[in-house]
Order: sequence, then C-alpha cells, then structure tokens
Amino acid sequence: MDYIDPHIHMVSRITDDYATLARMGCVAISEPAFWAGFDRGSADGFRDYFRQLTEVEPKRAAAYGIQHFCWLCINAKEAENVSLSREVIAMIPEFLDAPGVLGIGEIGLNKNTRNEAIVFLEHLDLAAQYDQPILIHTPHLEDKYQGTRMILDMLDGDSRLQRSRILVDHVEEHTIAEVLDRGYWAGMTLYPVTKCTPERAADMIEKYGPERLMANSAGDWGPSKPTAIPDLIFELRRRGHDESLIRRIVYENPIEFFKNSRNFHFRPRGETVADSVV
Amino acid sequence: MPQAHQILDDQFLQVRAKLIEVAAVLDRIDRVAATELTTADLESHPKRVALEQAIGLLLQDAAPGGRAEALQKLFSRPYDQRWRDSLSV
Ligand SMILES: [Zn+2]
Repeated sequence: MDYIDPHIHMVSRITDDYATLARMGCVAISEPAFWAGFDRGSADGFRDYFRQLTEVEPKRAAAYGIQHFCWLCINAKEAENVSLSREVIAMIPEFLDAPGVLGIGEIGLNKNTRNEAIVFLEHLDLAAQYDQPILIHTPHLEDKYQGTRMILDMLDGDSRLQRSRILVDHVEEHTIAEVLDRGYWAGMTLYPVTKCTPERAADMIEKYGPERLMANSAGDWGPSKPTAIPDLIFELRRRGHDESLIRRIVYENPIEFFKNSRNFHFRPRGETVADSVV
Repeated sequence: MPQAHQILDDQFLQVRAKLIEVAAVLDRIDRVAATELTTADLESHPKRVALEQAIGLLLQDAAPGGRAEALQKLFSRPYDQRWRDSLSV
C-alpha cells in the first residue's frame, strides 16, 4: 500500500533507509525541523540546516521516488536559549517560499519551562503573520500530559489560528481525546519504547475513528524504526480492518492536512516522478 | 475485527510473558536490595510506588477512558490550569 510518513527526520538516516522506505510503499514524507542531538551555536547553524532540509533532502528522497516536504522552526530543546531562538525565528521567512516547505514545526514544549512557552508563542505569532500551518511536538513521558495541556491552552488563546491547520503530534492514550475534541489534527508516533506501539495505535484508531488522525515513525538519530508505518498497516490488516480505513490513516489524511499549505504539490504514484530525479 | 475470546487466545502468551518479565524485575530489585546496606528508602521510592500503583490499577474495573489511559495519567506530572501565572507567561 502506498503510504506517507508525516513525521520523520531523514537528515539523521542513511540512504539505505530511503531505499527501504520506497520498497515498503512510502511515496512521500514530511520532515519537521528538530534537535540535532547537540545545541547549535548560532543562527547560521540553523540557516545551513534549513538549506539541508529544503535543498539536499528533497534530492536524496527523489532519487528513490519519494517526495520530500519539510517544516521549519527552532525546536523546543534549543528554545531554552531565547535570544538565539529570536534570531532563528527572524530568519525563517527567507525560506517560507522554498518548494516543499509546508509550515512551522515541530514547535512545542520539552520540559514545559517559561522560556519554551515564550518561544512557542513567538512561533505561533510567526505562523499567524505568514499564514502557515503548524506541526507541534508534545513532550516525552511524564511531561507529556502537562505539556500537551499547556500547548492546547496557548493554541486556544490565539484566535488567529485555524485548528484544522494544526497537527499535534506524539499523542498517546491520555492526550489524544483532548486534541481531537478541540478540533486539531492528532499524530501518533510509533516508537519502540517511549511512545506508542503499532498495537496501541491500532487500539486508538478503533476507539476514536480515523477523522483527523495520522501515524508517523518520527524516525531520527535515536532508537526509532523508520518502517513503523508498515508495521501499523500490518497490525490493522491482521485485525481485519478495511483497506479504505487503513488508507485513510496512512495516505489520505496526511494529504488532506498538507493541503493546508500552499507549497504542497503532491504527485500520486505513476504521475511523472522521473522529472524530479536529479 | 476478531472476537473477544480470539483476542484473549491470541494475546495470552504475549501478556503472560510481559507479566513474568515484570515479576522478574521486581524480584531482581528485591534480591539485590537484600545484599545492600542502605535499602531503607526503597519501599517508598517514587518509582517503586508508581509501579505498584500501576499494577493495582490493572486489577480494577476499567476507568472511563480505560486502563491504558489511567496508567498514562498515573505516570504523568499534574496539569495546573493556572500555569501561566506560575510561569508568568
Ligand atoms: Zn520529531
């Protein structure tokens, strides 16, 4: 089945992963800007990273017939440095018209601190000013519940933002209902230990239905599995679910959400991929 | 969708294995603790207490959101509606 991974960090994966994803049926990915495993020292470090996301990765992906889209921001971990964050936020508009840039993300909270909240609000302002969709990272483990509620408070507090253009990622059993009930999109991250297994994601799909719900691998440089979405497809099939339900979660929903972005130009499989291979 | 008894049959060995794993970890902690001099605070260690509460929750009738949601909340920091005041944001 053709599928889309709406959250994966290919800058930290090897080219063989692109080949594996392509063989598994992946036709498109979206890559949010995130923490590189170390704190970058300057705004120029982020400028180079944004060039990697907008110029280098799309070519690497295209060589395997995968369309690459991305999101730009300074992530929650480095947002602890407010002055650096402000420099990066000021630079982001340079890139917003680059092909494949879908919006602002993954912004969010990490340890739910004051500085993280300040920088999160400034990103929301940037998104509102430039009419950009938003992709949101919610914190890990014991900080997730508190942080997700704080994020929803801040989103609800900005009347300029449209909920149907915002994806709240890494939801789990204790945060998914609040996100969907308030009208946002929700993403389930299939991580081996710290987030959600394919089985638990399938449970949440059965419980909440497919509307505004997606799944992603969030594959990155840490323990993660870039082919986690095919695992979810397999689990849903094993339980006897309709192909149409599975396709909605792993293919149609990402497309519907990405259509909120003016830079989303998607070619379904079979429609000229060769032109873009450099 | 498979029927409930089929899910039980299908998942029995997996859940059995996970429960034995939990039992073995708790045994391991106790076994090593017995060889240490300073074990006074182990019983009240917040992680130990949280694990024991979680095990208790599994045996209660499912809460409205289900057992998984109840455990997730047990392992979470509390949310305070007035967080903006305390952080002055
Ligand atoms: Zn991420």
